[in-house]
Amino acid sequence: MVQLPTWTALGPTLVLALTAVVLLLVDSIDPDTTNNELLAGVAGLGSLGAVVASAWYLVGGTGMPGENGELITLFGDQLIVDQMALFFSFLIASVLTLVVIASYDYMSEHRYQAEYYSLMLLAATGMTILGSANSLAVAFVALELASLPSYALVAILKTNKSSVEASLKYFLVGALSSGVFAYGISLVYGATGSLQFGAVASALSEGAPVGLLGMGILMIVGGVAFKTASSPFHFWAPEAYEGAPAPISAFLSSASKAAGFVLAFRVFVSAFPMDAVGTTIDWVLVFQVLAILTMFVGNFAAATQENVKRMLAYSSVGHAGYVLIGLAALTGDANSYVLGSGMAHLLVYGFMNTGAFLFIAMVEYWDVGRTFEDYNGLGTEAPLACAAMTIFLFSLAGLPIGGGFFSKFYLLSATVQTGTWLLAASLIINSALSLFYYSRVVKAMWIEDPASGLEIERYPLGLYTAVIVAALVTVLLIPGFGMVSETAETAATLL
Amino acid sequence: MVAVAALLAVTLLGAIATFLVDDEHAAKFATAVSTIPLVGSVAMYYVYLTDYQNVGNALLSPETVAFRQSIDWIELGGYTLQYSVGLDGVSMPLLTLTGVLTTLALVSSWTPIDERQSQFYGLMLLMEVSLIGVFAALDFFLWFVFWEGVLIPMYLLIGIWGGPRRKYAAIKFFVYTNVASLVMFVGFFALVFSLGPSVSSFGLPEIAQALRGGAVLIPVAGITAAQLKVLAFIAMFVGFAVKVPVFPLHTWLPDAHVEAPTPVSVMLAGVLLKMGTYALLRFNFTMLSDVATGEVTAILPFSMPVAIAVIGVFSVIYGAMLALAQRDLKRIVAYSSISSMGYVILGLVAFTPHGMGGATFQMISHGLISGLMFMAVGVIYNETHTRMVGDMSGLADRMPWTVGIFVSAAFGYMGLPLMSGFAAEVFIFLGSFGATETLGSLAPVLTSVAMFGIVIVAGYLLWAMQRTLFGEYELETDYELNGAAFHDVAPLAVLLLLVIALGVAPDLSYGMIQEAVNPILDIGGGV
Repeated sequence: MVQLPTWTALGPTLVLALTAVVLLLVDSIDPDTTNNELLAGVAGLGSLGAVVASAWYLVGGTGMPGENGELITLFGDQLIVDQMALFFSFLIASVLTLVVIASYDYMSEHRYQAEYYSLMLLAATGMTILGSANSLAVAFVALELASLPSYALVAILKTNKSSVEASLKYFLVGALSSGVFAYGISLVYGATGSLQFGAVASALSEGAPVGLLGMGILMIVGGVAFKTASSPFHFWAPEAYEGAPAPISAFLSSASKAAGFVLAFRVFVSAFPMDAVGTTIDWVLVFQVLAILTMFVGNFAAATQENVKRMLAYSSVGHAGYVLIGLAALTGDANSYVLGSGMAHLLVYGFMNTGAFLFIAMVEYWDVGRTFEDYNGLGTEAPLACAAMTIFLFSLAGLPIGGGFFSKFYLLSATVQTGTWLLAASLIINSALSLFYYSRVVKAMWIEDPASGLEIERYPLGLYTAVIVAALVTVLLIPGFGMVSETAETAATLL
Repeated sequence: MVAVAALLAVTLLGAIATFLVDDEHAAKFATAVSTIPLVGSVAMYYVYLTDYQNVGNALLSPETVAFRQSIDWIELGGYTLQYSVGLDGVSMPLLTLTGVLTTLALVSSWTPIDERQSQFYGLMLLMEVSLIGVFAALDFFLWFVFWEGVLIPMYLLIGIWGGPRRKYAAIKFFVYTNVASLVMFVGFFALVFSLGPSVSSFGLPEIAQALRGGAVLIPVAGITAAQLKVLAFIAMFVGFAVKVPVFPLHTWLPDAHVEAPTPVSVMLAGVLLKMGTYALLRFNFTMLSDVATGEVTAILPFSMPVAIAVIGVFSVIYGAMLALAQRDLKRIVAYSSISSMGYVILGLVAFTPHGMGGATFQMISHGLISGLMFMAVGVIYNETHTRMVGDMSGLADRMPWTVGIFVSAAFGYMGLPLMSGFAAEVFIFLGSFGATETLGSLAPVLTSVAMFGIVIVAGYLLWAMQRTLFGEYELETDYELNGAAFHDVAPLAVLLLLVIALGVAPDLSYGMIQEAVNPILDIGGGV
């Protein structure tokens, strides 16, 4: 077999970036007409290509030191392609594919099609680079590449007030937190004299100014918490997710959150190892506080919502809290197991949460309404879609009809192995609470009587395909969870 | 052996196909599909009787279990999760009961279910898949997936096709059972995780053998091993007791039963309640037999077996008294289920061969009889459109077959000899009367009190029958009474025949049950 040059390891990222450019090219050939099928087709093929490429590399063991290859670092150690980067490329590209397929119907009557798709692909490019970033500078650039298109995407419905308002809020908070993040980076640079993760870590082991470094790390925590919509930096999330077009909410709450987490995993494990900075700043403790706070805030707020999309937005905050366990339980024993549990939950969550938001997109497409009551009796009109939604919701809650059960159990066993009982207790309490509000939607869809005049005439093919594929994957992740957990744990071990 | 996997796969595919069939044909299609697991499970029962000897207990001698299949599934944190199934003398009859009752319940749905049929029948079959899985699974996770897989279809079946207060009943059912699952889950994993490296999988046999083989539990947060065992026992007992249900965790049951349509009630009383007692037998009484027999007491100021027996006996009397106070025929049968399941608890906790064997036999027997009673009430309701005792009388003239079977079933409930209820109760009383090792000097007292429950049962059933079935014909509703259709009465007759068959020849299943429960007693030091 021909040995490919090492830069091809960035395949998924390159495919995404190239597709974004092609989309703009296609549009500039004839800017006055919009060929919806062509644009959605190109975007779909591009994102699917990225899924296939990353899956191919994952299975082939790219970036795995051993027989098949070695750890791949590029551009003077600025980028790294390992199993973790590929795992997240796969996750981000999968979510993107589902969202693109669904957008074909959802956006069919809107303008700015080419811009819509290419912005989404550019954001995804940024997110995958974030997964490969091996230096604070690249991380910052990638973060901006992921964020700037997101602000525009939230506001893509230009005439819709809440969409624009949500985007403005998102942008203001985002700009502020980017500033904080950049300042944090500069402080760390001041303390250690380097930006590359490995170099930062080795500088730390030789001793660094305590106050400067501590402030820097805290600010980086803040930047990460913003990107992952973790408490107390989550305030933008419900607004943005609610105001944005639902496919974009799906994209942001699944893929963007995952990108934030991969950055956090890599920065804190490889640049700020606990044995070097533990005495300066105990970031594990910080994340423990954040995790518990985020779980409770997200779930309790979700339980009080009347609007389904907003409920899902808060539940997405709650899930960020669960994933934070992946950092908060890094107490020294079983580190790769703990990290792996966070990664596995993100992957499963990626499918079930995207599916749930895409179902909301479908409901918006039908123009049914937004509150729980508006969902009454939907099961009689659209049983297949509602069955899929039921799977998403129960899986999100952690019932064993979807992979969410196993990924939550994985997190639970990680807390047990490390003896972080407080995290275990919050996970259990919040999962129980979440079943309450998720099942309200199920009850509305199936058990409540439909409002008079509820009638659904259009069954959009693209949205249906995306929702059903997501549901199938969610269910198949029960028998197939072994593959996810193994890959995640291997990836975490190599970090 | 792939028999169980085939049974699961065929039923699952049938369920999915049923969702796609149009409403008009769903009923017949689903019934036809359900004959496959019916014939399959009966054939397996036959093969079990003829080909398998010395199967023993599924958890304590997993090598000899019938229809065993085991495939590695997931590796997680040093534990192996397996697709692992197998049947012993306890699960085999329950599996066959599931097959039989599902088909009969589907036939009895033809008349009452007239909307969203393909969804109804699809969910019923989906529930059957999970029930088969619950009884066959030998790995905790596999078992738990099926366990929850029963609850969700049940929730929707009550919630969509139920009576006027269906929403309340469905939510109550859902909340009760899920909270119970959570409590059980936490209790079980406290136990497994503190077993530490002595187990390497979540296989129920491995955990049971480790616990009974004296594996050391690692104390956590100042809780000693003995205390941990007792706490885990209590958590699991509470979790399963909701399902059974026993006093005071029973309040969801009458609501669910009254609101659920007849075929769903049949499944609920006939099979779902047995999941609770089955799990109690597998988890509490097999894995933690030392706590169940009162050998390990730790923090308890009282004897665990006596406490459980008192709860069981109280459920017997309390359920029967509540039934006595009802006017709704369905409520009467629902409350009497609480009473009957109390006997199962008493039999289990006696920890004697006949006690435990009789308890298991009672699970089968009560599954058949209560299914029959609910079906009979359903047939009467289909015709009269009322279930209130005061609203009708003298039905015997108009629907002789239905009433005949109803009366026979009621006598079966009261424990008439040569019917399965008699055999079950005799075994239980024989077992618990002499259970001095676990219940001490209270054994005869508790047994005598429980026996008194039969008198109350006779009281309310005879009273209800006398008022509704006999005397002058009178009906308060505007419907004309024309006798039930053949397909409504046929399932009743089949069930009655089974009840009589098991009563005349209990050994059809009692032999295999004894073989499966005796190993539990051997190591646990029972009588």
